[in-house]
Amino acid sequence: MSARPTNPTNPTRASAPDATLRDAPPTSALAERPEHSPQSPLAIHAMTVAYDRKPVLWDVDYDAPPNRLIAIVGPNGAGKSTLIKACLGLVPRASGQVEFWGEPYRTARARIGYVPQRESVDWDFPVSALDVVCMGRYRKIGWCRPVSRAHKHVALDCLERVGIRDFAKRQISQLSGGQQQRVFLARALAQEADLYFMDEPFAGVDAATERAIVGVLRDLRDAGKSVIVVHHDLQTVPEYFDDVILLNMRVVASGPVAQVFTTDNLHKTYGGRLTLLSEAAEAIARAEAGGA
Amino acid sequence: MKTTLAITPGEGWPPLSEVLEILAFRGGFNTSLVVAGTTLLGLAAGLIGVFALLRKRSLMTDALAHATLPGIGLAFLAATSLGFEGRSLPVLLAGAATSGVLGVLAIQALLRYTRLREDAAIGIVLSVFFGAGVVVLSYVQNPANVRASPAGLNHFIYGQTAALQPYDVAIMGAITLGAILATSLFLKEFALVCFNDAFAKVDGWPVSMIDLLMMALVVVVTVAGLQAVGLILVVAMLIIPPVTARLWTDRLRTLLIIAAIVGAASGYFGSVVSALLPRKPAGSVIVLTSGAIFAVSLVVAPSRGVVAGVIKRARLGLRIAGDHLLEEAHERAASSLSADTVREIARLRGWSAPIARGVCFWLSRAGFARRDSNGGIEVTERGSARGARVSRNHALWEQYLISYADVAPSHVDWSVDQVEHVLSDELIDDLERALAKRGVILPPAGTPT
Amino acid sequence: MSAFSLSLDLFPLLAAVFAAVSCAVLGNFLVLRRLSLMGDAISHSVLPGLVIAFIITGSRNPLPMFVGAALAGIGTVVLVELIKRLGRVEPGAAMGVVFSVLFALGVLLIEQVTRGVDLDADCVLHGQLESLWWPGAPDTIAGLFTAEALHDIPRQVTTLAITCTAACAFVAIFFKELRIASFDPALATTQGFHAGVMHYALMVLVAGATVASFEAVGSILVIAMLICPAATARLLTDRLSVQVLCSVLIAIVTAVTGYFGASVAPAFFGASSVSAAGMIAVTAGALVATAALFSPRHGLIARVLRRRKLARAVALDDLLANLYRAAESDTGATPAVSTATLPARSRTVIPRAARDGLISVSDGAISLTPKGELAATEIVRRHRLWESYLVERAGLATDHVHEPAERLEHVPIAPPPGPRQDPHGRSIPQEPDSLQ
Repeated sequence: MSARPTNPTNPTRASAPDATLRDAPPTSALAERPEHSPQSPLAIHAMTVAYDRKPVLWDVDYDAPPNRLIAIVGPNGAGKSTLIKACLGLVPRASGQVEFWGEPYRTARARIGYVPQRESVDWDFPVSALDVVCMGRYRKIGWCRPVSRAHKHVALDCLERVGIRDFAKRQISQLSGGQQQRVFLARALAQEADLYFMDEPFAGVDAATERAIVGVLRDLRDAGKSVIVVHHDLQTVPEYFDDVILLNMRVVASGPVAQVFTTDNLHKTYGGRLTLLSEAAEAIARAEAGGA
Repeated sequence: MKTTLAITPGEGWPPLSEVLEILAFRGGFNTSLVVAGTTLLGLAAGLIGVFALLRKRSLMTDALAHATLPGIGLAFLAATSLGFEGRSLPVLLAGAATSGVLGVLAIQALLRYTRLREDAAIGIVLSVFFGAGVVVLSYVQNPANVRASPAGLNHFIYGQTAALQPYDVAIMGAITLGAILATSLFLKEFALVCFNDAFAKVDGWPVSMIDLLMMALVVVVTVAGLQAVGLILVVAMLIIPPVTARLWTDRLRTLLIIAAIVGAASGYFGSVVSALLPRKPAGSVIVLTSGAIFAVSLVVAPSRGVVAGVIKRARLGLRIAGDHLLEEAHERAASSLSADTVREIARLRGWSAPIARGVCFWLSRAGFARRDSNGGIEVTERGSARGARVSRNHALWEQYLISYADVAPSHVDWSVDQVEHVLSDELIDDLERALAKRGVILPPAGTPT
Repeated sequence: MSAFSLSLDLFPLLAAVFAAVSCAVLGNFLVLRRLSLMGDAISHSVLPGLVIAFIITGSRNPLPMFVGAALAGIGTVVLVELIKRLGRVEPGAAMGVVFSVLFALGVLLIEQVTRGVDLDADCVLHGQLESLWWPGAPDTIAGLFTAEALHDIPRQVTTLAITCTAACAFVAIFFKELRIASFDPALATTQGFHAGVMHYALMVLVAGATVASFEAVGSILVIAMLICPAATARLLTDRLSVQVLCSVLIAIVTAVTGYFGASVAPAFFGASSVSAAGMIAVTAGALVATAALFSPRHGLIARVLRRRKLARAVALDDLLANLYRAAESDTGATPAVSTATLPARSRTVIPRAARDGLISVSDGAISLTPKGELAATEIVRRHRLWESYLVERAGLATDHVHEPAERLEHVPIAPPPGPRQDPHGRSIPQEPDSLQ
């Protein structure tokens, strides 16, 4: 909504009578949209997401620069995972658009890789690490056809890249938490995507895994890909990432770490000043779904 | 109301020759037919049940099975009122499938539009649909209401294997073939959706369509199973073989094969026993057979079985106890422990005499020590190396706890005992690095603390 | 048509009501603890317990039957727990394995012991409610209160009455403990009410209610009654005590309606009566569906209506605010705005606003009345206060605050007062009171 009048003392009276009646008249839906560059791997425009009518993300605008490692940070319940899921169509958006390289998700899908949260699956599932990584190749294999040796080879290479090729034949419940996370990472690598979304890949992993993941992330960036990572450890943000999105129900700030990752911005994100805002969000939820 | 009881004495076992004949499908056309039918059904149900189990929908299939009853009754009513033969199997099964699917949809609607949880939604649909079925059947069975004879409708509740016709067995064969075909064609897709549906969706697979296909297979198998084992027990044919197979393997393909074999075996034995002995309803015997296979598996299965678990725990216990002895020897800088010392350590650690002997035995078998004639041990080179490592791990861990967690040092030793023996080399590296970062002086490897 | 005959209906009806109430009152805690299917499992697996008790004692004496069923019930709970732990099996599947095997065992045992004995598999499912009729019933109500009449009460009805009293007493006495054990088992245990003990006590009572209801109403009705009334009540209220009372009431209504529905309703179509137990289960289901649709708070329809009402209120607020802003920028007299220029959403609320005296309409143009102006001032005040809050405290960019503020201004939470100017520099109107 960048086209609102900037001269606050004298709100412009546009010619359209409807528009005059608003505090901040949008001139037209089209003119209002910021120009996202077509190279931008991810462009989010005015996205609002609500779970059961309770807003989790408000009016998010974001334009990802290409070829960067981008961290999404914010306090618990800030909507970090929701942001990723909403981009990927896993949770419905209440409003707003998301585009990848200027295309909608449907057509850009083949170039997008995904690492879900580790807890989101049943690790007692009867498959081996290699089987899971092969799942990243399924799209390329297509319906009904079995996994060929060539694809298994790719999967093994991916396991090698995350440093756990020796565990390929192990059932996934026999892997440590860090190794399970690396299996997920290897599966995403096997997708051979250009843009990766990773949901808390560093959560609950050992130091060796953390090093391995960071190495893989850098390799991906050096190969010209973009990676968007939900991250919970503020201390490591400057070391691991190029860009950062500070999120707390809305984008507080975004951009290169050096410019954006400031005490002031962090205070705005984590400062606990939003109690009234989240209280209001709850009230909206109550009013629209039940209560009131 | 009668309160007398007449336990009918068993009629005795049939002669061996008859048993063998039936087992070999030579016990007459009808018997062979029944045995073939239930075997095929068991195979298909075991196969398809795997996906229901992995998708965590086991009890949803129970509701589905119970919800078929009103459909059976209504299909009969509709067919007779239109002047058809009401008991025609395809009509009844079509009705069953329709109301079963409606039941599943009702569960989904309850979950989506109300605050009720899955367990309540399943229970409501299961009991209400079945109640509706009972109402329809009681209406149909009253000759004042419907002139056509509804005999046989009741058999769908408990099943009546003996009534299987060649036609039915052919259908079961076709269903089994279909189940095998679908499983082998879509194994990859089914596994993907069962394991991680969000990933599948992002990867571009039509998750709801694949889900629908799996559900359709469950519906077909359930409906086919109504006749053989009845709608109350058909869920057992879908659940028990996969759960049993899961105890034996960690591989999906093997799991499918074992589940199919367990299902087929239960179907086979169940119907054979039922054919040989009087008043043994096939449905119950089939379920009990698979239940028995499950019980045995639960006890003896490798790695997941109860016995395997006990052995594993005992081994770990012995290893930890042995480590303690080696550590003790290391810290005393002794190359052997006398029988008295071993007893003393045992007393401190709270081991009984047999455990102490077991520990010494384990140490000698693992090559860490040699037992001398009066119950003491002589530590080998390997043993003393291990003692040194355990001791160092112990010290490392203690240091870590002191430096990092706010654990009172008096408690440190207590928690270390559980941990020091299971630390991986990787973790020890991390520990050393973390401690070094903090400037903690580490005990050099191989010296007593 | 005589709807009620003492001889035919009294005892069956009493049995149905007692069974329904004892199950419903216990079912509340099953539904809350997400153990509904444990009730289902128990009611399937008490069958072998019953039959074995029958085989051992050779009679249908209620006490051994009850003991057998209770043991089978506890056995089910323990077995499910064991299989879950030992075999690392998912809870649903573990339950399925246990109850289907035990039920199969029960069916097999029945076939062995009872040829011609009235413990047959069909009656296990749908009971024999209708067989409880009273041949020697008196002709008048007064005749009920005599010694002979008491003597005639069938065993099933007595057992059910006792079970019902026991279940209600248990829930009444241990209500506090059950509530805390259902909500937070760990806390309950630390407070000295052992959650495990409460759990097993509940399961024993469920098994007891199941077995007492068995011969009269059948197991399917037991499952329906354990879950449906409690689920219906849960859709109607948020308070546990009210929910329990509601579920009892619903259970009684269900039993009575279902019972008469089975005998009376088919008569309208010239058919003979249908299974009463089945009909009661269907009635229970119908009540769940009704509550899901019409519950004043959680019902589907109420939610849709509430959303629509809110949308209308928002549209009205927006209309007034827009008129206010038009007046603000048009210095001086209250301007009339042509309705044609308004968005469709606002146009729909014009009649209501006019009826409430908030606006006046003339010649397709509308303007605020004094009353409307007061209301509009308040709305605009809230909107601008929210905008400045969002900018100053929540760190939103100035050009991003309009839409959130649009939503917030309708919320019944007061924005933090203070600023006199909004981020766009417009003055924020003061509270209407202080204006006057």
